[in-house]
Amino acid sequence: MIKATINKVEVEVPEGTNILEAARKANFSIPTLCQHPDLVPVGSCGLCVVEVEGFPALRRACVTKLEKGWKVSTNTARVRTARRQLVELILSDHKGECLVCIKNGQCELQAVARTVGIQDVTGLMKKNLKPIDTTSVAIVRDPNKCILCGRCVQVCSEIQTVNALTLDKRGSETTISTLFNEGLGNSACVNCGQCTVFCPVGALYEKSQTEEVWKALSDPNKHVVVQEAPAIRAQLGEEFGMEPGTIVSGRLHAALRRMKFDAVFDTNFSADLTILEEGTEVVGAIKEGKRLPVITSCSPGWIKFMETYYPHLREHVSTAKSPQQMFGTLAKTYYPELKNIPAQDIVSVSIMPCTAKKFEAQRPEMWTSGYQDVDYVLTTRELARMMREAGIDLKDMPDEPADDPLGEYTGAATIFGATGGVMEAALRSAYFLVTGRELDNLDILPVRGMEGVKEAEVPVDGLTLKVAVAHGLGNARKLMDKISSQLAETGKSEYHFVEVMACPGGCVGGGGQPWGSDMARRARRGEALYAEDKSLPKRRSHENASVGRLYENYLKQPNSQKAHHLLHTHYNKRSKVDGKVVEEKS
Amino acid sequence: MNTVRSHILIGMDAGTIMAGARAVQAELVQEIRKQGLSGEVAVLETGSLGMTGMGVVLVVYPEGLYYGNVTKEDVAELVEEQLLKGRLVKRLLLTQAPKRFIIKRERTGLMKEQPRVVLRNCGLIDPESIEEYIAEGGYEAASKAITKMTPDEVIAEVKNSTLAGRGGAAFPTGMKWEFAARAPGAEKFIICNADEGEPGTFKDRLILEGDPHKLLEGMILAGYAVGATQGFIYIRGEYALSIERTEKAIADARSFGILGSNIFDKAFAFDITVMKGAGAYVCGEETALIESIEGRRGHPRNKPPYPVVAGLWGKPTVVNNVETLANIADIVKNGANWFRHYGTTKCAGTKVYTILGHVATPGLIETEMGTTLRDIIFEYGGGISGGKQFKGALVGGAAGAFLGPDMLDVQMDFVNLKEYAAALGSGAILVMNEDTSMVDMLKSVLHFFKHESCGHCVPCRLGTTQLVEIIDRVAAGNGTQNDIDQLLKTAGVMKDTSFCPLGQSLYMPISSCLKYFRDEIVGG
Repeated sequence: MIKATINKVEVEVPEGTNILEAARKANFSIPTLCQHPDLVPVGSCGLCVVEVEGFPALRRACVTKLEKGWKVSTNTARVRTARRQLVELILSDHKGECLVCIKNGQCELQAVARTVGIQDVTGLMKKNLKPIDTTSVAIVRDPNKCILCGRCVQVCSEIQTVNALTLDKRGSETTISTLFNEGLGNSACVNCGQCTVFCPVGALYEKSQTEEVWKALSDPNKHVVVQEAPAIRAQLGEEFGMEPGTIVSGRLHAALRRMKFDAVFDTNFSADLTILEEGTEVVGAIKEGKRLPVITSCSPGWIKFMETYYPHLREHVSTAKSPQQMFGTLAKTYYPELKNIPAQDIVSVSIMPCTAKKFEAQRPEMWTSGYQDVDYVLTTRELARMMREAGIDLKDMPDEPADDPLGEYTGAATIFGATGGVMEAALRSAYFLVTGRELDNLDILPVRGMEGVKEAEVPVDGLTLKVAVAHGLGNARKLMDKISSQLAETGKSEYHFVEVMACPGGCVGGGGQPWGSDMARRARRGEALYAEDKSLPKRRSHENASVGRLYENYLKQPNSQKAHHLLHTHYNKRSKVDGKVVEEKS
Repeated sequence: MNTVRSHILIGMDAGTIMAGARAVQAELVQEIRKQGLSGEVAVLETGSLGMTGMGVVLVVYPEGLYYGNVTKEDVAELVEEQLLKGRLVKRLLLTQAPKRFIIKRERTGLMKEQPRVVLRNCGLIDPESIEEYIAEGGYEAASKAITKMTPDEVIAEVKNSTLAGRGGAAFPTGMKWEFAARAPGAEKFIICNADEGEPGTFKDRLILEGDPHKLLEGMILAGYAVGATQGFIYIRGEYALSIERTEKAIADARSFGILGSNIFDKAFAFDITVMKGAGAYVCGEETALIESIEGRRGHPRNKPPYPVVAGLWGKPTVVNNVETLANIADIVKNGANWFRHYGTTKCAGTKVYTILGHVATPGLIETEMGTTLRDIIFEYGGGISGGKQFKGALVGGAAGAFLGPDMLDVQMDFVNLKEYAAALGSGAILVMNEDTSMVDMLKSVLHFFKHESCGHCVPCRLGTTQLVEIIDRVAAGNGTQNDIDQLLKTAGVMKDTSFCPLGQSLYMPISSCLKYFRDEIVGG
């Protein structure tokens, strides 16, 4: 521990603490723009400058470690002047259309301008506008709003190791670019959307489909069904001023009904279904000793990443579609047959914590029903915007259940939204599938939590299942490298079953989630999902009665021929240059 | 055995080679053979003879006569008149040559003596010959240090010499070495910063082209002193001849056992690799240079940690300028006291300058620290060209300071100039005559900075953009008083908040320009 003073207030902090954190400890807030709690500070914006006695120049609080006996001032005339001038400079290069900006009211630059007291930027508005990148089906990039803080590049390269975004050119011509400046849609981008979550301004956001959904909702000839991913229920509340981690499943169903969706279902239903399909697949693979380890396939960001960087592991990835796509197929096959509605009249909407789901829905493989199985994918943020437009405040909603027959779910489905959740849900059912007996202790703690790569050994009738869980693609890369070299060297891996989620924290940390996610917030959302799981009467996917009826009346049994046709898929090999398919599965 | 009675030294640097020095050399050899003088006259290559913009320059010894603008067509006459008949070729003779050259033991009467430490061998020996370097006492210092001194003794000698970094920041070299030597870690590196990018500066290039072994010896000594086994020379990619000669010097030193393992039969190993820069000015900043060597975008790193603690690949690293390292061998060989004999009490040693612009004889000079600007321009630079009046000088490159006429008698050294809010910087002296537009000068400097800003931090990336907008307006005659104030205000915030010295240093040229030439700038 070291002692120093900040604005004459004595602070004691561990050695190595930067001035920014130390000041927060002393209850002084210092404005920042480029700094983010999950990223290594780079000091590009300069807003956090402070005076340190004995140093001629101002120091950046984010990258300067506090030292013993330092006297730091965070609020002097010199500091205030510098900060104002810096914000003025940033605004001079920013397309300041705040009133019509997607980030209006939630923009960090707006907040900072207010904090440092900017009052006049006459003649300081960006002049030369650049084209907006709309090449991606999931993410839009507006370079005119970009303040070049570099967070998106950092998260894309350091946390996700995708490296789709990079700094290009130099000095005042610097831009964030993609390989050969061909746009995100023609790059190795996996659509995880973390860049949109980390962007402090409105330069990166999801490609919105809200208008299409409004149109469908007001079309009397359409039957609009909606599904909501497990993770939505843990953070939609944040958009309406509720604490992170407030569970809003019931209110969400009520709100969607009030928005005039014809049927309000739940992706949790198909999450339970996924467990039966994927769990059966895993158990089969273990029994035959083939294809091990089996790797999960729920996360479309991970799938594109795997197709791009680890295509040699394709045969290990479960062929089970993601819950979104299983639901989409059933919504245009099983459901219309049951209700006697023409499939072509069904519009299938999904609410996802994810931008990559937009890409997944538009994959050519996802037309099993004869139509695009999922028509529109809305992120949590888009849904919140639609709800505000509809005059619905989530806080005022009652708790309502989802509709049958695609609405029932167990606790095992809810935890899909947190890293380790799919693994835990699968183990609960796999135990039953192998032994015919139920697992007593349903809480498999080693696979929970925010550690990058988690491992566990689970005894199942004399066999010890070795499993691993990775979240965030940088962690996935580490695990896949390990598995690849094990397979190359010995022909087999130490693992039986592996879960991968593209986003740090799993879906609760997804790229479509409310702005400003950091690891601490992601962890709180995850804990909320485990709390809902614990509170539910049924916590094993195979206990879902609606899923049972689906098999009984329609699919026969898990991994049946019909189930395979409707609920499974295949993977391609993709180019690292433009992300396009270079080799379809034969 | 024939006795050679005359030596012709041809300056072979990038400039003279472009002017046709190689063709002149070939013609000379042929013509001398034709005249049957092959046994009597030797034609030798050397580095820069110190003059630029004068075409092919050569010097005839023992007379010490300088000929400039020599073409292939002049060679027959030159050989016949000068070498066969002993008569001057007056139309090519540099009679107006500045008082700048005296090569070691000679004094022609034409030139003022320069105290040459760094440039001692430049323009004298063949830079591509390790034998000639050794014959001039080269590698004696390395041998002395490695066989007879401890690393601490080498550091002490350099510390006592008070040598300060010649890249511009003037940080005490010995202290830097000591930090790196004391820093924990088994693996350490020496980097020579030869990414010379300051406009108007080409001293490092001419040192590399003229005496590359001197740099290698300095690096070997640095490596021995701090405990490094690997050195890198980061040379800007455009310096093709520097790269070629340095790489040859490294290969020769390896074959002589001066680089490699068991140097001088001691358990000391050191080797050097040349890295080429890709042309970004910011890569002259030591941490951006390190990033570049590591294969990344040339962006500066935050300091601390300083490179002496965590530099290349996170290991303790000494980054020294070419000129700094070229001083080391003589300091170790002759001792700190000998070195302190040069210069002033506050600032020891010599300084290599490149002088250019409106001077009669632009080129490369070395003078003692503390020499006045007047002496540099009028004694060594031959005065203002074309009989014009002196208006001002930009000292230290684009990141340097403008000096007006009342600064002519100020002693030029790192310490003294600080008192005048100026700096020696890289050692470029750009001389301007009465016809120069200071608005255009400042505009040129600001455009340079805008172009070379790396873009990492807000103040530099957008500050330079704003400054350029303002100066363009002023230059177009549309400036206001507010614009002049804004120039200083923006440069001020850049000085206070820029991430690296690039953005911080722009305040100096702006404030100094306004200090001496405010009326002219305000007038547009």
